[in-house]
Amino acid sequence: MHGRPRKDPKPEDAAASVAKAEKLRSLQSQFLSNHHNKIYTNEALEVNTKLLEVNPEYYTAWNFRKLAVEHRLSQSDSDPDSIKSIFSEELKVVESALKQNFKSYGAWHHRKWVLSKGHSSIDHEMRLLDRYQKLDPRNFHAWNYRRFVAALMNRSEVDELRYTTDMINSNFSNYSAWHNRSILLSNLLQRKVQGFFPKELVLNEEYELVHQALFTDPDDQSGWFYYLWLLDQTVKADAPLLVSSWPARDSLIILEDQCLDDRALSPFNTFHSDSGTFPLIVYFNQAVEGVNSSTISVESVLNANSELNWKPLSTNNSQTAQVWVTYLNYPKVDVHSEAYPVEVSIGHSGGIISSSGFHYSHPSRFAFKVFARPVKTPIGHGGEIISWQDGNFALYETSPEEPNPTISLDQLNSKDDNEKTSSEWRAETIANEIALFQELLSEISCKIGKLTLARLLKAHDTLLSPCANKMVYSEEVIKLYSDLRVLDPPHSQFYKDEHSLTLLQQITSTRESLLRYCFLHGDGTSSFIGNSMCLRLNNLSLSRMGSIERLLWVQMLDLSHNELRSIEGLEAMQLLSCLNLSNNKLSGFTALGPLRLLKLLKVLDISCNQIGSHSIDTTRYLCSSPLCHTEEMDWGRDETVTADVNLANYWEAFVIFRGLSLTQLDIAGNAVADEKLKSFLVKIVPTLKWLDGGELH
Amino acid sequence: MSEDASSYPPIEPTTFDLIVVGTGVPESVISASASANGKTVLHLDPNPFYGSHFASLPLHQLSCFLSSHSTPPPSAASTGCDYTPVALTRRSLYSDIEISSYSPEIIGEEHSRKFSIDLCGPRVLFCADKSIDLMLRSGCSQYVEFKSIDASFVFEENDKKLMSVPDSRAAIFKDRSLGLTEKNQLMRFFKLVQQHLAGSDDGGGETSKISAEDLESPFVEFLKKMRLPPKIKSIILYAIAMADYDQENMEVCEQVLKTKDGIDRLALYNASVGRFSNALGALIYPIYGQGELPQGFCRRAAVKGCIHVLRMPVIALLMDKGTGRYKGVRLSSGQDLFSQQLVLDPSYIVSLPFASSPPEPLKESLKVSDNRDVKWKLARGICITGSSLRADTSNLLVVYPPRSLYPEQVTPIRALQISSDLAVCPLGMFVLYFSALCKDGNEGKRLLHAAMDALLSLPESGCPDSGTAVQNEVAAEVKPTILWKALYIQELTVDQFESISTTPIPDGDLNYNNLLDATLKLFQKMYPHEEVFPETASPENPEDDDNEFSLES
Repeated sequence: MHGRPRKDPKPEDAAASVAKAEKLRSLQSQFLSNHHNKIYTNEALEVNTKLLEVNPEYYTAWNFRKLAVEHRLSQSDSDPDSIKSIFSEELKVVESALKQNFKSYGAWHHRKWVLSKGHSSIDHEMRLLDRYQKLDPRNFHAWNYRRFVAALMNRSEVDELRYTTDMINSNFSNYSAWHNRSILLSNLLQRKVQGFFPKELVLNEEYELVHQALFTDPDDQSGWFYYLWLLDQTVKADAPLLVSSWPARDSLIILEDQCLDDRALSPFNTFHSDSGTFPLIVYFNQAVEGVNSSTISVESVLNANSELNWKPLSTNNSQTAQVWVTYLNYPKVDVHSEAYPVEVSIGHSGGIISSSGFHYSHPSRFAFKVFARPVKTPIGHGGEIISWQDGNFALYETSPEEPNPTISLDQLNSKDDNEKTSSEWRAETIANEIALFQELLSEISCKIGKLTLARLLKAHDTLLSPCANKMVYSEEVIKLYSDLRVLDPPHSQFYKDEHSLTLLQQITSTRESLLRYCFLHGDGTSSFIGNSMCLRLNNLSLSRMGSIERLLWVQMLDLSHNELRSIEGLEAMQLLSCLNLSNNKLSGFTALGPLRLLKLLKVLDISCNQIGSHSIDTTRYLCSSPLCHTEEMDWGRDETVTADVNLANYWEAFVIFRGLSLTQLDIAGNAVADEKLKSFLVKIVPTLKWLDGGELH
Repeated sequence: MSEDASSYPPIEPTTFDLIVVGTGVPESVISASASANGKTVLHLDPNPFYGSHFASLPLHQLSCFLSSHSTPPPSAASTGCDYTPVALTRRSLYSDIEISSYSPEIIGEEHSRKFSIDLCGPRVLFCADKSIDLMLRSGCSQYVEFKSIDASFVFEENDKKLMSVPDSRAAIFKDRSLGLTEKNQLMRFFKLVQQHLAGSDDGGGETSKISAEDLESPFVEFLKKMRLPPKIKSIILYAIAMADYDQENMEVCEQVLKTKDGIDRLALYNASVGRFSNALGALIYPIYGQGELPQGFCRRAAVKGCIHVLRMPVIALLMDKGTGRYKGVRLSSGQDLFSQQLVLDPSYIVSLPFASSPPEPLKESLKVSDNRDVKWKLARGICITGSSLRADTSNLLVVYPPRSLYPEQVTPIRALQISSDLAVCPLGMFVLYFSALCKDGNEGKRLLHAAMDALLSLPESGCPDSGTAVQNEVAAEVKPTILWKALYIQELTVDQFESISTTPIPDGDLNYNNLLDATLKLFQKMYPHEEVFPETASPENPEDDDNEFSLES
């Protein structure tokens, strides 16, 4: 069935196919006229049967049969035998269609439809399937149908699992069998069925099984797919966990109304806003829903009389997100003011649920203090242009008593004994797997083996990082991804992305490494930004942004001179007020979608990208959330603004920039950035003071 | 026997194109092929059964056949007018026969008949080997049914246990006795061989081919070069390529397997796995025993007009007085029959009359060509047990690689266990065949005994403490008990005459490939212008021959 080269048709085949087409056309026209005239006689069905024998792909013909069955049922005298014979006739037609092409979607679907009517015996279906699956053990139609039948007849999942074992034993190069195995095992593990608990023992056996496939034939991909699933089962915590927050646990946050010239304070902890509110961000390890004032309680005098409104930071308007934000009011500014404690309790009342259906099961609590400083030197808005030139930055020199900005919340999640053994098992499993694949790679060079090793090493570091807080293997992982880019050029973009993510993990893993990228901007006095600390991740060949859970405190970020095509995830950096994305590979406004959620963003540099260079905006394929489906546009309101511009040409720019209150924007060096656009932007962003270095009046 | 023969009615006609004496596989193939080519053939056998040295026999008949095969030269030679009779004698191919029964009820008359024991065991067919092609081509396949040999094992020298032979991708995957890296190495080696074989078809793809230099090198060297660990090397050499002699000890290795031959053997094995969808592995075995094969060819010959006469010894050759050439044979019934050609089975020897010096041409035509391969004999053993070597497998092959039993073991031993599924013994019993090449009877017996002792035990009375000792270790590992056994040494040498064709003797191989090669060569020599089993416009379509092959799953 597989791996057979296609043969060129012979001349006599061509003649046969002409004859077949002739026959098909005549059947088709007869059938269509029956269909239009709603003729469901035996003769009409006969024509239909013949047609489906020749061409089982004809959906309309299958639908006609369904109508015919319903018609005949309504005519029949509800005698069980005649009903049965109507349906068994249908099964016969499907069988002969499957003989013609047993990958016909229409035929399999029709069979499901007949079976679901419940008048036919299911026992025969298993025999039929055994026959088909013997012919082609990998056919996914048959496997789909098998799942359907197994569910219909309540066949035990343990039996079905055994069937996948048999199929894998006879030929392990069978995606469908491995896939079904992963589905069945997921169910069995989740239900903790007898013999499938504890999960660790079961997964150990599965590792053992899939190793046999991987080592016997590393070139066969089917086992690797299963392995990936298994690794996911091992590494992934089922229940959602809180991984970080801003303000961080036990931190003291200094809030300012206006800029403050006081170097004694750590720039990591100061925050400035005009709005009189500051964000509270919670970052989970996976997307969750159900975050609201009842599932997260915030105890503080700051919001004593109002209910907090939690917003998901998702670019596609979904109510499920990994990062959630709410806004707290500033405490009263008072010379004698003290630090106000804020205590956040998560998950004590249930209701936070991951997208895979797991509940947040480790209620946790963290506290921080906020302290409002009075205004000393009031400065006008956007008084001065922010320049990103290297000369304006000085490496930040830290004082030893400064708190660690990168504290993560992992320690916060209390671990019971059960959790502990399972995390020990995880670490042990990953270590074993690492040793095994290092052995394999010492035998042979194998792309997927290298990729798997890289994933394992990363998983190892991720599992250990809460305690060790360092990346043991990141150098090795980075090297593996560099190797892979050479070995496997077609997927080099993927390896590059992984490379970027690992690099960012490495950079953010320790305070020392992170500080190497922290700079102070300007002389600190002239800036209107409260916090002049800038994280500079420029010139790192980054193609993707990551490790954002450790960067929630960042207010000024330089990502220029990288290879970013997307800025997914950046929406979580709610404190961001200055962002430099110049000299990247952003190819459309849609790629800037995450910016719409950054309400504090004032200064944006997107110059020298590729916006407008490509007639087709490929970001739409890359991003999970194409803009066009998310925005409910209020065209009418903006009519006056856009009266003289063709809005249709700039709707993407409109969607992105309308909600932002930028004071400074650099957009030059993009194909799209002509005078028309600039004047359009000036109209829709009234706060704008500086455009491409020029002051606006 | 001769009394029976003389009471036969005379055979009509008296002149044939070909007379074949003996009904073993080679003789039957020749008679069937000659018949298919329209020759008139008379096929004789002194025995009351078909198959000669390839027969499958009930127990008592087997004992008789092994021990009473040498016949004294008959005195019936009398001179005719135009030709000189030259007495034919038959030598026994078997010596050092040792038959022991530990369970009298087994050899009792009624039970004995339920056995069908191969004389030339252990023997199997590879699904892709020549015998299958020949059977399909000749139409003989319709008379024989087969079943799969379920698994092959190697006797592991270190822990003295059976280890399954990972002979396919699925088998490598399933095998849990191999390490993961070993699996990888083995599979990579198989792939290399497959690429090499695939590359030879299209001519291109030089990179995937094994170099000419490597192909000429000893296979064992090539395996070393591929960094295969000893365990896997031994599996490939002896349990898949079925090499004879210790390939790693050049001093004792009689025949070094070259890489190209090793690869051909792997190719045969590989092509055998999965040739028939209902065959489990590479090997199959005929239901009712190997004796079915010669019978099948004989039936095919009979369909094409061949006359078969059993229980009819030939006592003399009739040679032309003038030219010394062969003219015909004299039967023990006294009848003289004439033919163009004669084929004799390898147990026949011509004894030239010493008294009167024979004419020069006769001497010339009966000159015996000297035989190089005199050193080696074949030790064969048969055991009957009441239980299987492996609880989960009933028909299986075991290879004991050289040195796996004791350091001086220079040849591999092969053993085949066949169960009552194949209708060769009463229900619940098993027949085990052993064979090993040896220099003499003593060495042969030592090999066989060591092989049997390693996996089987004698009944309690003979060996009182063996059963309990084994049971103490692991209850599941009780060795099967031998109920009956036979050991014998078979000759491997054949006298070749100038003007008379002698068929090859049963060899020590597992399959019939070499025997059939020699047989077909002989046929071509006799009939250089005829095709072996010419394609006929028969209803049997050679295209879908696989469907015609009856293999019970």
